[in-house]
Amino acid sequence: MQFRNHRVVGDILELAERYCLEGADELVFYDITASPDGRSVDRSWVTGIAAVLDIPFCVAGGIKSVADAEDVLNKGADKISINSPALANPELITELARRFGSQCVVIGIDSREDHGNYFVYQNTGDPDKTSAAQRLTQHWVVEVQERGAGEIVLNCMNQDGVRSGYDTGQLETMRSLCKVPLVASGGAGGMAHFFDVFDVANVDGALAASVFHSAEINIGDLKHFLAAKNVSMRI
Amino acid sequence: MTQIAIIDSGGANIASLLFAFQRLQTKAILTSDADVIRNAPRVLLPGVGAAKDAMKRLTNAGLIDVIRELKQPVLGICLGMQLLCDGSEEEDVECLGIIPGTAEKLAATSDNPVPNMGWCSTNITAGHAVLKRIEDESFFYYLHSYALPISDNTLATASHAGEFSAVIGHRNFVAAQFHPERSSTAGAQLLRNFVGVGT
Repeated sequence: MQFRNHRVVGDILELAERYCLEGADELVFYDITASPDGRSVDRSWVTGIAAVLDIPFCVAGGIKSVADAEDVLNKGADKISINSPALANPELITELARRFGSQCVVIGIDSREDHGNYFVYQNTGDPDKTSAAQRLTQHWVVEVQERGAGEIVLNCMNQDGVRSGYDTGQLETMRSLCKVPLVASGGAGGMAHFFDVFDVANVDGALAASVFHSAEINIGDLKHFLAAKNVSMRI
Repeated sequence: MTQIAIIDSGGANIASLLFAFQRLQTKAILTSDADVIRNAPRVLLPGVGAAKDAMKRLTNAGLIDVIRELKQPVLGICLGMQLLCDGSEEEDVECLGIIPGTAEKLAATSDNPVPNMGWCSTNITAGHAVLKRIEDESFFYYLHSYALPISDNTLATASHAGEFSAVIGHRNFVAAQFHPERSSTAGAQLLRNFVGVGT
Protein backbone atom coordinates (compact mmCIF):
# COMPACT_ATOMS: atom_id res chain seq x y z
CA MET A 1 0.00 0.00 0.00
CA GLN A 2 1.46 3.30 -0.98
CA PHE A 3 0.42 6.40 0.83
CA ARG A 4 1.61 9.76 1.96
CA ASN A 5 1.70 11.02 5.51
CA HIS A 6 -1.20 13.38 5.10
CA ARG A 7 -3.58 10.66 4.06
CA VAL A 8 -6.18 9.81 6.68
CA VAL A 9 -5.09 6.78 8.66
CA GLY A 10 -8.66 5.45 8.69
CA ASP A 11 -8.36 4.76 4.98
CA ILE A 12 -5.28 2.64 5.53
CA LEU A 13 -6.84 0.70 8.38
CA GLU A 14 -9.94 -0.03 6.36
CA LEU A 15 -7.92 -1.22 3.38
CA ALA A 16 -5.63 -3.29 5.60
CA GLU A 17 -8.59 -5.04 7.21
CA ARG A 18 -10.16 -5.71 3.83
CA TYR A 19 -6.99 -7.37 2.51
CA CYS A 20 -6.64 -9.34 5.71
CA LEU A 21 -10.19 -10.69 5.36
CA GLU A 22 -9.63 -11.50 1.68
CA GLY A 23 -6.72 -13.73 2.75
CA ALA A 24 -3.57 -11.69 2.13
CA ASP A 25 -0.55 -13.41 3.66
CA GLU A 26 1.38 -10.25 4.40
CA LEU A 27 0.97 -6.50 3.94
CA VAL A 28 3.65 -3.95 3.11
CA PHE A 29 3.07 -0.29 3.90
CA TYR A 30 5.10 2.10 1.79
CA ASP A 31 5.54 5.69 2.80
CA ILE A 32 6.74 6.52 -0.67
CA THR A 33 7.64 10.14 0.02
CA ALA A 34 9.63 9.55 3.17
CA SER A 35 13.06 8.96 1.71
CA PRO A 36 13.40 11.76 -0.89
CA ASP A 37 11.88 14.43 1.37
CA GLY A 38 14.23 13.70 4.24
CA ARG A 39 11.62 14.69 6.79
CA SER A 40 10.57 12.99 10.00
CA VAL A 41 7.63 10.66 9.97
CA ASP A 42 4.69 10.38 12.33
CA ARG A 43 4.49 6.64 12.89
CA SER A 44 1.53 6.39 15.25
CA TRP A 45 -0.38 4.73 12.40
CA VAL A 46 1.89 1.65 12.79
CA THR A 47 0.37 0.98 16.20
CA GLY A 48 -3.12 1.29 14.74
CA ILE A 49 -2.29 -1.27 12.06
CA ALA A 50 -0.66 -3.68 14.54
CA ALA A 51 -3.75 -3.60 16.73
CA VAL A 52 -6.12 -4.82 14.01
CA LEU A 53 -3.98 -7.12 11.83
CA ASP A 54 -3.45 -10.77 12.67
CA ILE A 55 -1.10 -11.35 9.74
CA PRO A 56 2.49 -10.10 9.44
CA PHE A 57 3.19 -6.65 8.06
CA CYS A 58 6.22 -4.74 6.94
CA VAL A 59 6.86 -1.01 6.99
CA ALA A 60 8.91 0.56 4.21
CA GLY A 61 10.08 4.13 3.73
CA GLY A 62 11.69 6.63 6.06
CA ILE A 63 13.78 4.15 8.03
CA LYS A 64 17.28 5.58 8.01
CA SER A 65 18.74 4.45 11.31
CA VAL A 66 18.68 1.72 13.94
CA ALA A 67 16.56 4.07 16.08
CA ASP A 68 13.99 4.48 13.28
CA ALA A 69 13.81 0.70 12.88
CA GLU A 70 13.43 0.15 16.61
CA ASP A 71 10.57 2.67 16.72
CA VAL A 72 8.71 0.87 13.92
CA LEU A 73 9.29 -2.61 15.36
CA ASN A 74 8.31 -1.56 18.88
CA LYS A 75 5.07 -0.17 17.49
CA GLY A 76 4.22 -3.69 16.31
CA ALA A 77 5.57 -4.05 12.76
CA ASP A 78 7.04 -7.49 12.05
CA LYS A 79 9.58 -6.34 9.51
CA ILE A 80 11.17 -3.19 8.23
CA SER A 81 12.10 -2.66 4.61
CA ILE A 82 14.86 -0.28 3.58
CA ASN A 83 15.87 0.81 0.12
CA SER A 84 17.57 4.17 -0.56
CA PRO A 85 19.11 4.53 2.93
CA ALA A 86 20.78 1.12 2.49
CA LEU A 87 22.33 2.31 -0.77
CA ALA A 88 23.56 5.49 0.87
CA ASN A 89 24.95 3.55 3.84
CA PRO A 90 25.25 -0.22 3.31
CA GLU A 91 26.61 -0.61 6.86
CA LEU A 92 23.06 0.15 8.06
CA ILE A 93 21.98 -3.32 6.86
CA THR A 94 24.71 -4.95 8.95
CA GLU A 95 23.75 -2.94 12.03
CA LEU A 96 20.03 -3.69 11.66
CA ALA A 97 20.62 -7.42 11.21
CA ARG A 98 22.93 -7.53 14.22
CA ARG A 99 20.51 -5.61 16.41
CA PHE A 100 17.15 -7.13 15.39
CA GLY A 101 18.02 -10.33 13.52
CA SER A 102 17.93 -10.97 9.79
CA GLN A 103 14.33 -12.18 9.95
CA CYS A 104 12.97 -8.65 10.24
CA VAL A 105 15.34 -6.90 7.83
CA VAL A 106 13.94 -6.65 4.31
CA ILE A 107 15.87 -4.91 1.55
CA GLY A 108 13.84 -3.32 -1.23
CA ILE A 109 15.64 -3.02 -4.54
CA ASP A 110 14.42 -0.98 -7.50
CA SER A 111 16.04 -2.40 -10.58
CA ARG A 112 15.88 -1.46 -14.25
CA GLU A 113 17.31 -3.11 -17.33
CA ASP A 114 19.66 -1.09 -19.47
CA HIS A 115 21.38 -2.60 -22.53
CA GLY A 116 21.21 -6.12 -21.17
CA ASN A 117 22.39 -5.26 -17.65
CA TYR A 118 20.29 -4.67 -14.54
CA PHE A 119 21.03 -1.53 -12.52
CA VAL A 120 19.84 -0.44 -9.07
CA TYR A 121 17.93 2.87 -8.79
CA GLN A 122 17.51 5.05 -5.71
CA ASN A 123 14.99 7.57 -4.38
CA THR A 124 12.34 6.10 -6.68
CA GLY A 125 9.52 7.57 -4.56
CA ASP A 126 10.02 10.91 -6.32
CA PRO A 127 10.47 10.94 -10.11
CA ASP A 128 12.54 14.17 -9.88
CA LYS A 129 15.05 12.62 -7.49
CA THR A 130 15.24 9.10 -8.89
CA SER A 131 18.73 8.24 -10.01
CA ALA A 132 20.84 5.25 -10.94
CA ALA A 133 22.83 4.05 -7.94
CA GLN A 134 25.82 2.99 -10.06
CA ARG A 135 25.45 -0.59 -8.91
CA LEU A 136 24.66 -3.75 -10.81
CA THR A 137 21.59 -5.40 -9.33
CA GLN A 138 23.34 -8.78 -9.16
CA HIS A 139 26.15 -7.31 -7.06
CA TRP A 140 23.76 -5.56 -4.71
CA VAL A 141 21.61 -8.69 -4.28
CA VAL A 142 24.72 -10.59 -3.14
CA GLU A 143 26.03 -7.79 -0.92
CA VAL A 144 22.80 -7.20 1.01
CA GLN A 145 22.67 -10.91 1.85
CA GLU A 146 26.27 -10.89 3.04
CA ARG A 147 25.35 -7.97 5.26
CA GLY A 148 22.46 -9.87 6.83
CA ALA A 149 19.32 -9.05 4.86
CA GLY A 150 16.67 -11.68 5.60
CA GLU A 151 14.48 -11.02 2.58
CA ILE A 152 14.69 -9.15 -0.71
CA VAL A 153 11.82 -7.41 -2.49
CA LEU A 154 12.86 -6.86 -6.09
CA ASN A 155 10.84 -4.21 -7.86
CA CYS A 156 11.43 -4.47 -11.59
CA MET A 157 10.95 -0.90 -12.77
CA ASN A 158 10.59 -1.75 -16.45
CA GLN A 159 7.39 -3.56 -15.53
CA ASP A 160 6.15 -1.35 -12.72
CA GLY A 161 2.74 0.17 -13.43
CA VAL A 162 2.62 -1.44 -16.87
CA ARG A 163 0.54 -4.41 -15.76
CA SER A 164 1.96 -6.66 -18.44
CA GLY A 165 3.31 -9.25 -16.03
CA TYR A 166 6.25 -9.61 -13.65
CA ASP A 167 9.77 -9.53 -15.10
CA THR A 168 10.19 -13.28 -14.77
CA GLY A 169 13.54 -13.24 -16.60
CA GLN A 170 15.14 -10.79 -14.21
CA LEU A 171 13.54 -12.44 -11.18
CA GLU A 172 14.76 -15.86 -12.25
CA THR A 173 18.30 -14.49 -12.61
CA MET A 174 18.20 -12.91 -9.14
CA ARG A 175 16.51 -15.95 -7.57
CA SER A 176 19.57 -18.02 -8.44
CA LEU A 177 21.68 -15.57 -6.40
CA CYS A 178 19.31 -15.53 -3.41
CA LYS A 179 19.73 -17.72 -0.36
CA VAL A 180 17.02 -15.69 1.38
CA PRO A 181 13.37 -15.34 0.37
CA LEU A 182 12.81 -13.27 -2.79
CA VAL A 183 9.56 -11.36 -3.31
CA ALA A 184 8.58 -10.25 -6.81
CA SER A 185 7.24 -6.74 -7.33
CA GLY A 186 6.13 -4.72 -10.32
CA GLY A 187 3.95 -5.64 -13.27
CA ALA A 188 1.02 -7.65 -11.95
CA GLY A 189 -2.01 -7.10 -14.17
CA GLY A 190 -3.90 -10.38 -14.11
CA MET A 191 -4.11 -13.64 -12.17
CA ALA A 192 -2.03 -15.49 -14.76
CA HIS A 193 0.90 -13.15 -14.05
CA PHE A 194 1.01 -14.38 -10.45
CA PHE A 195 1.08 -17.98 -11.59
CA ASP A 196 3.88 -17.24 -14.08
CA VAL A 197 6.12 -15.60 -11.52
CA PHE A 198 5.83 -18.53 -9.10
CA ASP A 199 6.12 -21.08 -11.89
CA VAL A 200 8.96 -19.54 -13.94
CA ALA A 201 10.96 -17.50 -11.41
CA ASN A 202 10.32 -19.70 -8.36
CA VAL A 203 9.92 -16.63 -6.14
CA ASP A 204 8.84 -16.97 -2.52
CA GLY A 205 6.16 -14.31 -2.71
CA ALA A 206 4.47 -11.95 -5.13
CA LEU A 207 3.66 -8.36 -4.22
CA ALA A 208 1.12 -6.17 -5.96
CA ALA A 209 -0.65 -2.91 -5.24
CA SER A 210 -2.82 -1.38 -7.94
CA VAL A 211 -4.69 -4.51 -9.01
CA PHE A 212 -5.76 -5.03 -5.39
CA HIS A 213 -6.50 -1.37 -4.63
CA SER A 214 -8.75 -1.12 -7.68
CA ALA A 215 -10.42 -4.42 -6.64
CA GLU A 216 -9.71 -5.77 -10.12
CA ILE A 217 -8.32 -8.86 -8.43
CA ASN A 218 -9.76 -10.23 -5.21
CA ILE A 219 -6.99 -11.82 -3.12
CA GLY A 220 -9.19 -14.74 -2.09
CA ASP A 221 -10.08 -15.53 -5.72
CA LEU A 222 -6.42 -15.21 -6.71
CA LYS A 223 -5.32 -17.68 -4.04
CA HIS A 224 -7.93 -20.23 -5.09
CA PHE A 225 -6.78 -19.80 -8.71
CA LEU A 226 -3.14 -20.42 -7.71
CA ALA A 227 -3.94 -23.32 -5.38
CA ALA A 228 -5.87 -25.01 -8.22
CA LYS A 229 -2.64 -24.78 -10.24
CA ASN A 230 -0.72 -26.45 -7.40
CA VAL A 231 1.04 -23.38 -6.04
CA SER A 232 1.24 -24.07 -2.29
CA MET A 233 -1.01 -21.50 -0.61
CA ARG A 234 -2.76 -20.74 2.62
CA ILE A 235 -6.46 -20.59 1.66
CA MET B 1 -10.73 -12.91 33.89
CA THR B 2 -7.66 -14.95 33.03
CA GLN B 3 -4.56 -12.87 33.07
CA ILE B 4 -1.51 -13.63 31.00
CA ALA B 5 1.98 -12.72 32.16
CA ILE B 6 4.20 -12.24 29.13
CA ILE B 7 7.80 -12.63 30.24
CA ASP B 8 9.95 -9.74 29.07
CA SER B 9 12.83 -11.56 27.43
CA GLY B 10 13.91 -8.42 25.58
CA GLY B 11 13.77 -7.78 21.87
CA ALA B 12 11.09 -6.07 19.88
CA ASN B 13 7.77 -7.37 18.65
CA ILE B 14 5.98 -7.71 21.95
CA ALA B 15 3.35 -5.21 20.78
CA SER B 16 1.84 -7.70 18.34
CA LEU B 17 1.39 -10.27 21.14
CA LEU B 18 -0.23 -7.74 23.43
CA PHE B 19 -2.59 -6.72 20.62
CA ALA B 20 -3.45 -10.37 19.90
CA PHE B 21 -4.67 -10.84 23.48
CA GLN B 22 -6.46 -7.50 23.30
CA ARG B 23 -8.38 -8.86 20.29
CA LEU B 24 -9.31 -11.88 22.43
CA GLN B 25 -10.39 -9.54 25.22
CA THR B 26 -7.86 -11.12 27.55
CA LYS B 27 -5.68 -9.08 29.85
CA ALA B 28 -1.96 -9.57 29.19
CA ILE B 29 0.92 -7.75 30.79
CA LEU B 30 4.59 -7.61 29.89
CA THR B 31 6.69 -8.25 32.98
CA SER B 32 10.01 -9.44 34.37
CA ASP B 33 8.75 -9.43 37.95
CA ALA B 34 9.16 -12.91 39.47
CA ASP B 35 6.12 -12.62 41.75
CA VAL B 36 3.83 -11.43 38.97
CA ILE B 37 5.00 -14.35 36.81
CA ARG B 38 4.61 -16.94 39.60
CA ASN B 39 1.09 -15.78 40.40
CA ALA B 40 -0.26 -15.38 36.86
CA PRO B 41 -2.83 -17.99 35.79
CA ARG B 42 -1.03 -18.24 32.41
CA VAL B 43 2.54 -17.46 31.45
CA LEU B 44 3.84 -16.78 27.99
CA LEU B 45 7.52 -16.85 27.04
CA PRO B 46 8.08 -15.04 23.74
CA GLY B 47 11.43 -14.26 22.19
CA VAL B 48 12.90 -12.62 19.15
CA GLY B 49 16.57 -12.52 18.25
CA ALA B 50 19.46 -14.60 19.52
CA ALA B 51 19.06 -17.38 22.11
CA LYS B 52 22.22 -16.36 23.95
CA ASP B 53 21.04 -12.77 24.49
CA ALA B 54 17.62 -13.94 25.67
CA MET B 55 19.14 -16.45 28.14
CA LYS B 56 21.44 -13.73 29.45
CA ARG B 57 18.49 -11.40 30.02
CA LEU B 58 16.48 -14.12 31.81
CA THR B 59 19.51 -14.91 33.97
CA ASN B 60 20.10 -11.25 34.84
CA ALA B 61 16.42 -10.85 35.72
CA GLY B 62 16.71 -13.86 38.07
CA LEU B 63 14.03 -15.75 36.17
CA ILE B 64 15.72 -19.06 35.29
CA ASP B 65 14.47 -21.04 38.30
CA VAL B 66 11.22 -19.06 38.42
CA ILE B 67 10.34 -20.35 34.94
CA ARG B 68 11.55 -23.90 35.66
CA GLU B 69 9.30 -24.12 38.71
CA LEU B 70 6.10 -22.79 37.11
CA LYS B 71 3.09 -25.08 37.60
CA GLN B 72 0.46 -23.16 35.60
CA PRO B 73 0.07 -23.50 31.80
CA VAL B 74 3.10 -21.96 30.07
CA LEU B 75 3.33 -21.22 26.33
CA GLY B 76 6.64 -20.60 24.57
CA ILE B 77 6.59 -18.85 21.20
CA CYS B 78 9.27 -18.96 18.50
CA LEU B 79 12.59 -18.38 20.27
CA GLY B 80 10.66 -18.89 23.52
CA MET B 81 10.08 -22.49 22.40
CA GLN B 82 13.79 -23.02 21.97
CA LEU B 83 14.52 -21.37 25.33
CA LEU B 84 12.30 -23.94 27.09
CA CYS B 85 14.41 -26.79 25.68
CA ASP B 86 17.87 -28.10 26.60
CA GLY B 87 19.77 -25.80 24.31
CA SER B 88 20.41 -24.47 20.84
CA GLU B 89 23.08 -25.04 18.26
CA GLU B 90 23.07 -21.26 17.86
CA GLU B 91 26.33 -20.32 19.61
CA ASP B 92 25.98 -23.62 21.55
CA VAL B 93 23.87 -21.97 24.17
CA GLU B 94 22.43 -23.84 27.14
CA CYS B 95 18.73 -23.11 27.65
CA LEU B 96 16.18 -23.78 30.40
CA GLY B 97 16.16 -27.58 30.03
CA ILE B 98 12.44 -27.97 30.73
CA ILE B 99 11.50 -29.75 27.49
CA PRO B 100 13.98 -32.33 26.14
CA GLY B 101 15.66 -31.49 22.83
CA THR B 102 18.17 -29.13 21.25
CA ALA B 103 17.35 -26.60 18.53
CA GLU B 104 19.19 -27.22 15.27
CA LYS B 105 19.99 -24.84 12.43
CA LEU B 106 17.59 -25.24 9.47
CA ALA B 107 19.26 -26.59 6.34
CA ALA B 108 19.14 -24.08 3.48
CA THR B 109 18.39 -25.39 -0.02
CA SER B 110 17.61 -23.48 -3.19
CA ASP B 111 13.90 -24.09 -2.67
CA ASN B 112 14.05 -23.55 1.08
CA PRO B 113 15.92 -20.37 1.97
CA VAL B 114 16.88 -19.68 5.60
CA PRO B 115 15.56 -17.90 7.60
CA ASN B 116 12.26 -19.65 7.00
CA MET B 117 9.95 -16.66 6.67
CA GLY B 118 6.41 -17.41 5.71
CA TRP B 119 3.33 -19.55 6.00
CA CYS B 120 3.82 -23.30 6.38
CA SER B 121 1.23 -26.03 6.37
CA THR B 122 1.30 -27.62 9.82
CA ASN B 123 0.42 -31.25 10.60
CA ILE B 124 -1.13 -32.04 13.93
CA THR B 125 0.38 -35.32 15.11
CA ALA B 126 -0.98 -35.60 18.67
CA GLY B 127 -3.97 -34.29 20.57
CA HIS B 128 -3.54 -31.39 22.98
CA ALA B 129 -5.85 -28.79 24.51
CA VAL B 130 -4.06 -25.91 22.74
CA LEU B 131 -4.68 -27.54 19.34
CA LYS B 132 -8.42 -27.98 19.78
CA ARG B 133 -10.63 -26.80 16.90
CA ILE B 134 -7.58 -26.28 14.69
CA GLU B 135 -7.72 -28.18 11.42
CA ASP B 136 -4.88 -30.45 10.40
CA GLU B 137 -2.69 -28.82 7.72
CA SER B 138 -3.63 -25.32 8.82
CA PHE B 139 -1.11 -22.67 7.77
CA PHE B 140 0.83 -20.79 10.43
CA TYR B 141 3.33 -17.97 10.08
CA TYR B 142 6.99 -18.88 10.78
CA LEU B 143 10.03 -16.69 11.19
CA HIS B 144 13.10 -18.66 12.30
CA SER B 145 16.52 -20.09 11.47
CA TYR B 146 16.60 -22.81 14.16
CA ALA B 147 14.08 -25.48 15.10
CA LEU B 148 13.53 -28.43 17.43
CA PRO B 149 13.77 -31.89 15.86
CA ILE B 150 10.82 -34.29 16.08
CA SER B 151 10.62 -36.05 19.46
CA ASP B 152 8.19 -37.89 21.75
CA ASN B 153 6.97 -34.46 22.86
CA THR B 154 6.07 -33.31 19.34
CA LEU B 155 2.41 -32.36 18.93
CA ALA B 156 2.59 -30.87 15.42
CA THR B 157 5.14 -30.78 12.63
CA ALA B 158 6.01 -28.58 9.69
CA SER B 159 8.59 -28.90 6.96
CA HIS B 160 11.27 -26.63 5.53
CA ALA B 161 13.89 -28.71 3.72
CA GLY B 162 13.32 -31.22 6.56
CA GLU B 163 10.62 -31.82 9.15
CA PHE B 164 10.77 -30.11 12.51
CA SER B 165 8.61 -29.72 15.61
CA ALA B 166 5.99 -27.01 15.08
CA VAL B 167 4.39 -27.55 18.49
CA ILE B 168 5.75 -29.47 21.46
CA GLY B 169 4.28 -30.20 24.86
CA HIS B 170 5.69 -31.50 28.14
CA ARG B 171 3.85 -31.37 31.47
CA ASN B 172 2.33 -27.91 31.84
CA PHE B 173 4.64 -26.48 29.18
CA VAL B 174 3.66 -26.17 25.53
CA ALA B 175 5.48 -24.29 22.80
CA ALA B 176 5.02 -23.26 19.18
CA GLN B 177 7.70 -22.45 16.64
CA PHE B 178 5.32 -20.26 14.63
CA HIS B 179 3.85 -16.91 15.62
CA PRO B 180 0.19 -17.48 16.58
CA GLU B 181 -0.27 -13.72 16.99
CA ARG B 182 0.44 -13.34 13.26
CA SER B 183 -1.22 -16.55 12.04
CA SER B 184 -4.72 -15.27 11.31
CA THR B 185 -7.70 -17.29 12.56
CA ALA B 186 -5.76 -20.52 13.24
CA GLY B 187 -3.29 -18.62 15.41
CA ALA B 188 -6.05 -16.80 17.27
CA GLN B 189 -7.68 -20.18 17.98
CA LEU B 190 -4.46 -21.50 19.52
CA LEU B 191 -4.17 -18.45 21.78
CA ARG B 192 -7.85 -18.76 22.71
CA ASN B 193 -7.27 -22.43 23.56
CA PHE B 194 -4.29 -21.51 25.70
CA VAL B 195 -6.30 -18.90 27.61
CA GLY B 196 -9.04 -21.50 28.16
CA VAL B 197 -6.85 -24.51 29.10
CA GLY B 198 -8.32 -26.29 32.14
CA THR B 199 -11.24 -23.86 32.49
